[in-house]
Amino acid sequence: MARLVAGMGTSHVPGVGAAMDNGKTDEPYWAKLFEGFAPLRAWHAENVPDVTIVVFNDHATSMALNHYSTFMMGVAESFQPADEGWGPRKVPVVEGHPELAWHLVESLILDEFDMAVTADFDVDHGLTVPMSIAYDQPAAWPTKVIPLCVNVIQHPQPTPLRCYKLGQAIRRAIDSFPDDITVGIWGTGGLSHQLGGERAGVVNPDFDRMFLDNLVNDPMANTRLTHTEFIREAGAEGIEMIMWNVMRGALNENVREVYRLYHIPVSATAYGAIILENN
Amino acid sequence: MISRDYDDVPGTYVLDSRSYRKGYHLNMFCMSLNKAECREEFGRDEMAYLQKFPMTDEQRQAVLDRDYILLLQLGANVYYTFKIVSHDRHPPQVMYGKMSSPPMSFEEFQEMMINGGRPIDGNRSKKESENG
Repeated sequence: MARLVAGMGTSHVPGVGAAMDNGKTDEPYWAKLFEGFAPLRAWHAENVPDVTIVVFNDHATSMALNHYSTFMMGVAESFQPADEGWGPRKVPVVEGHPELAWHLVESLILDEFDMAVTADFDVDHGLTVPMSIAYDQPAAWPTKVIPLCVNVIQHPQPTPLRCYKLGQAIRRAIDSFPDDITVGIWGTGGLSHQLGGERAGVVNPDFDRMFLDNLVNDPMANTRLTHTEFIREAGAEGIEMIMWNVMRGALNENVREVYRLYHIPVSATAYGAIILENN
Repeated sequence: MISRDYDDVPGTYVLDSRSYRKGYHLNMFCMSLNKAECREEFGRDEMAYLQKFPMTDEQRQAVLDRDYILLLQLGANVYYTFKIVSHDRHPPQVMYGKMSSPPMSFEEFQEMMINGGRPIDGNRSKKESENG
């Protein structure tokens, strides 16, 4: 039987990938953040699951206004790093796991979560930057990946509660997969940040701390936040944090916080990461 | 037009059905710059390339002027305007600074973030920001 072992939340700021790709991680601006990555990477090196479900959003890369899904599962054999305007990142191709991906799709739809499905999808920084944060710069990624896209950029987004319930349904699906494999799940994006408008650059460490604390001890509190509370308190793009609820919903009710990292600034954001193991 | 409770958040442009319709072709122009051949074509003659999209003249001029805050007001979303910034090979802080009120240089925006970012206090609602 498949077994869900742990979850990670992490921001997916493109600048982190660019700093690595361009060899700038020793520069003063980046050095402290990358020092903070060291324990996170040490944990990942010891805890590589067979498959990782990466919950992220596409940023007007492979989806746009003409076609946009609320929840979409990637069922391809592999996914290429996307050209987001600078040319594709020179990182390994992301190998998929179609068998588990299709099991998730079938199980979720029968469980009332009507997933969109894609087999032709280039993955942007929302997915590749968390891979770089966890695994640095290997020749090939050590885990297979199932991309799960959530609409967080086009109103109305799914509710924070819906995201949590999706995580719970994913867990039921993992628990019913017959193969004896290990699975990880990552929620990505956030933490507080706003990129557009006169208020660009707003961050809110108190809100972020509350969200992270709730994630460990009272995850339902994070499902009661409204879209407008996220926009107001965590910035228009801080609403990405609802994707962390998918990750948390999949874990056990009781979790152990293994590591937490918080750093301002990364570009115009508050960077956050957390690793949670099932108790 | 239907109002939204987040309309009260200052300096914030949410991509919703209102901006979706107003900015559809503007955003789809931005989206096209994901393709290298489109970036080359845009680079050769920006106005000629913009004419291929059924945008308003005001939207086209705002692209030529790199007037990012006006682009948002005309329906663009920041994830789409990124494509113009990337085409120009500028770091995103150039755009964030230009959109800020009052506008900031790259260095000024970077400095604000290094010093802890724009404070949330005073920036939660239009009423709160008017009270300073």
